[in-house]
Amino acid sequence: MQTATASTSRIRTLASGEYVQRLLALGALIILLVFFSIIAPHFASLENYRNILTATASNGLLATGVTFVIITGGIDLSIGTGTAFASVALGIVAVNLGLPLWLGLIAGLVAGGVVGLINGALIAKLKLPPFIATLGMMYVTIGMAQVLSDVHPIYFTDPQPAFNGFFMGNPVAGIPNTVWVMFGGAFVAWILLNKTVFGRYTFALGSNEEAARLSGVNVDRWKALVYVVCGVFVGLAGIVLSARSSSAQPSQGQGYELDAIAAAVIGGTSLAGGEGSIVGTMIGAFLISTLRTGLSVDNVPQQWQYVITGLVVIGAVWLDIQRRRSRA
Amino acid sequence: MSELLVEMTGISKSFPGVHALEDARFELLPGEVHALVGENGAGKSTLMKILAGIYKRDAGSIRIKGREEEVPSPHAAQSLGISMIHQELNLMYHLTVAQNIFIGREPRRGLLLDEGALNAKARQLFDDLHLNLDPRTRVGSLAVAQQQMVEIAKALSYDSAVLIMDEPTAALTDTEIEELFRIIRQLRDQGKGIVHISHRLEELKQISDRITVMRDGRYVATVGTAEAEIQQIISMMVGRAVFEATPELPEKRDPNVVLEVKGLNRGRQVRDISFQLHRGEILGIAGLVGAGRTEVMRAIFAADRPESGGITINGKPVTIRSPSDAVRNRIAYLSEDRKRYGLALGMDVEVNIVLASLRRFANSFGWVRTSATRKQALEQVQALAIKTPGITQLAKNLSGGNQQKVVIAKWLTADTDILIFDEPTRGIDVGAKSEIYRLLNDLAKQGKSIIMISSELPEILRMSHRILVMCEGRITGELSAAEATQERIMTLATQRQSVAAASPETSTAMSVGVH
Repeated sequence: MQTATASTSRIRTLASGEYVQRLLALGALIILLVFFSIIAPHFASLENYRNILTATASNGLLATGVTFVIITGGIDLSIGTGTAFASVALGIVAVNLGLPLWLGLIAGLVAGGVVGLINGALIAKLKLPPFIATLGMMYVTIGMAQVLSDVHPIYFTDPQPAFNGFFMGNPVAGIPNTVWVMFGGAFVAWILLNKTVFGRYTFALGSNEEAARLSGVNVDRWKALVYVVCGVFVGLAGIVLSARSSSAQPSQGQGYELDAIAAAVIGGTSLAGGEGSIVGTMIGAFLISTLRTGLSVDNVPQQWQYVITGLVVIGAVWLDIQRRRSRA
Repeated sequence: MSELLVEMTGISKSFPGVHALEDARFELLPGEVHALVGENGAGKSTLMKILAGIYKRDAGSIRIKGREEEVPSPHAAQSLGISMIHQELNLMYHLTVAQNIFIGREPRRGLLLDEGALNAKARQLFDDLHLNLDPRTRVGSLAVAQQQMVEIAKALSYDSAVLIMDEPTAALTDTEIEELFRIIRQLRDQGKGIVHISHRLEELKQISDRITVMRDGRYVATVGTAEAEIQQIISMMVGRAVFEATPELPEKRDPNVVLEVKGLNRGRQVRDISFQLHRGEILGIAGLVGAGRTEVMRAIFAADRPESGGITINGKPVTIRSPSDAVRNRIAYLSEDRKRYGLALGMDVEVNIVLASLRRFANSFGWVRTSATRKQALEQVQALAIKTPGITQLAKNLSGGNQQKVVIAKWLTADTDILIFDEPTRGIDVGAKSEIYRLLNDLAKQGKSIIMISSELPEILRMSHRILVMCEGRITGELSAAEATQERIMTLATQRQSVAAASPETSTAMSVGVH
C-alpha cells in the first residue's frame, strides 16, 4: 500500500514536472533532425552534425549559466555582451601583455565572474529588479569591452598559437575541443544543480524565497552566488567564442542572451522560477542550432530563419503554460 | 504546578493607525493544548507572531521557561524552542518533503548533498509521528493537510518545545482534522506545549485543555475547557460595548427583487448559495475570515467563474461570464483592496471617477470630451462630499475614506444599480466611517441595492436591513435586523456542518444558542 502510493506519486511527479517539457523538447529535436535529413540531402552528413555541435558550444554554455538564474526566478540580460568583456580580458592578458595562456583563460573566467558578482550585488543587496540590473550591466559590459580594447579586435596570432590549436583541435571523433568544453561545463553544472547545497538553494529561492529566508537560509548571499556562477559560465563562453574566431571581438555577443534564454525555456526552465534542468537546457540549445543549421542547409533565407525561430520559442512557452495550467 | 513554558505579560503592539495589542497576556504549560480564541482582529495572530519573533513588541515581557527573553527574530525563537505554523503555509512546492523539512540544514558528504541521509532523517521523523508520507514526494503534489503535516514535522525537527498553530484546521476535512488532532495529542503527551489559534469553537472541546479569550487586542479571560460553555465563550469574545446606532430601516421592504442567486457553487468556498436582494436594501454578509464571503461575491461578479448556479436580475435570467458582463448588467464590485483593485492611484480624481464609463464621455472618434468628464467629476465630488483640493488631485494623495468615495463615485457614474461592497470601511478611520455609512444609507434610499461584506459585527448590525451569515462556504442562517445580535451571528458563523454532524454533543450545545 505504502509503496503503491509512493510509486503513483512518483509517476505523477514524472508526468507533471519539467520531465514532460524535456521529453517534448527531446521529441521535437529528434523530429527536426529526421525532418531535415529527409528534405535536405546535404543535412544528414557527419560534417553537418559536427557543425551543429560546434555551433551549439557557446550558446550551450550561456544557456547553462542562465538556467541557474532563471530557476531562482531571475533573469540575466548581460550574458551576451558579457562574453565580449571576458574575451577582451583574455586577449589583453594573453596577447597584449604577453602573459602565459593559462593566465589569460583565468582572466576570462574572472571577468565573467566579476560581472556576475556585480549583478548579484545589485540584485541581492541593492534589491534592483534582475531585469533592470542586468540590462544596465549589458550596456556596461559591452562598453567596457570596447574601452579596454580601444574598439579593436585582438587577434591571437604569434604569441599564442597554442590557443587556437587547442580549442579548435579535434582529437576525439573529429569533434572540436570547444564542444567537449561545453559538455564538461554542462556536467559540472548538473552536479552543482542536483548534488550540492548550492543547487538546492537555487531551487528554493525560485520556489519560495520567503520560506527559505524563514528557514534560516542566507538568501542574499546564495542569490548573489547564483549570478557569479552564471558569470563564470559567461566567461567560459567568451573563451569558446574567442577560440572559434581566433580573436577577442569587443562587439560580439549582442543578442546572444536571447538565444540562451530561449534554449533554457524550450528545455523546460520556468521563468516563474523553481523549475529547470541542465539536461533540458542542453536539449533546448541543440534544438535551436539544429533549426538554424537545418534552415540554412535548406536555403531558407536568413529573414525567415528568424521568423521560424521566434515561432518555436513562442510555441515552447505556450506549451509550458498549458502544461502548468493543466496541473493547477 | 509545573513550571510555565511561556509567560507573556503586558504585551502591547501598534501598527500605523492601529492598536493591535494592549496589555495582552498569555501563558502556556508543558503538556497542554492551549486554545487562543477571539473575533477577527482580536489580536490572536499578532500576539503569537510576537512570541515567534516575527513582530517586535512595543512593550511587555516574555519569559520562556522562567527566563526573560527578547525573541528578536524567527531564528532566535527557533533556538528557544518555539516554532509557529502559519495559516499560509511556508513551503517550497518544487522541492520534496524531506528537502523542505531540512532546508538550511542539509546533511552533506563532503561537498555534495547526502540525499540518502536526508530522506532517512525525514522518514524517522514521520515514523515518530506515525505518519505515512514518502519523504521524496514533491510538496506541490500533496494535499493541503499533508502539507500541514510537513510543516509540523519541520517544526518538530527543530526540537521545539512550543508549537504554535494558526488556524490549522481551516482547510482540512474531518478525517484530516482527526489525524491532526491525533498528532497534537501525541505531542501534548510528550510534554510539548501547543497553542491552537482557532475560530472554530466546537473544536476546542475536542482538543484543548484551556482556552484564552482575546477581544480588541486585550486579554479577556482564561478558562479550563472542561468547565467552559461555548455560549459563555462566545459572549466573552463579542462582549464589547456595542456602539448603539440603530439603522434607519425602511419599515416595509420593497417587494421588487433585483438580484436572485440560485444554487451557486465554486469549490469549497462557495457551496449551494441561494439568496435574493431587494431593491433599496442593504444586505449584510457576516462570517469569519475564510467563510467564503468574498468568494461568493467574486463568483457572482464572474471574477472567478462559478461551476454551477443561476443568476436572475430584475426577474430575467442572465449569463455573466466576465466582470464586464457583470458591469453591463449594472453590478459593481468594490473590492476590500481599494488600492489594488479599485483605483488608478497615480491618476487624478477626475480620471478615476469616469474610468469605468469612458465610452459615454467619448465622441464617435474615441475622443474624450474633457468638459463632460470634468462636469461629471465635479458633480460627484460635491454629491458625495469627497474632500479633495480639486479634481486634478492624484488618488493616492486622498485619505482612505475619500478614496473609497471616489470608487463609489466611479460606479455611480457607470450607472450601476447593484453595489457589492467588500469590507467598505477597512482601513478607514472612525470619523470617515460614519460618512461612508451615511452614504450607503442614502444610496439605498435612492433605490440602489447594496450587498455589504463586513467582518465587524457592530458595522453589520448597524447597517444591514437583513443579514446572511456564512460558514465554510455555506449560508448558515438569515437574520432580520430586528432579530440579529452579535451572539446569534457568531453562533451561526461557527456552525460547521461537518463537525456538527460528527459530534452530536457539540451540535446541541450550538443549537441552544440559536433559539
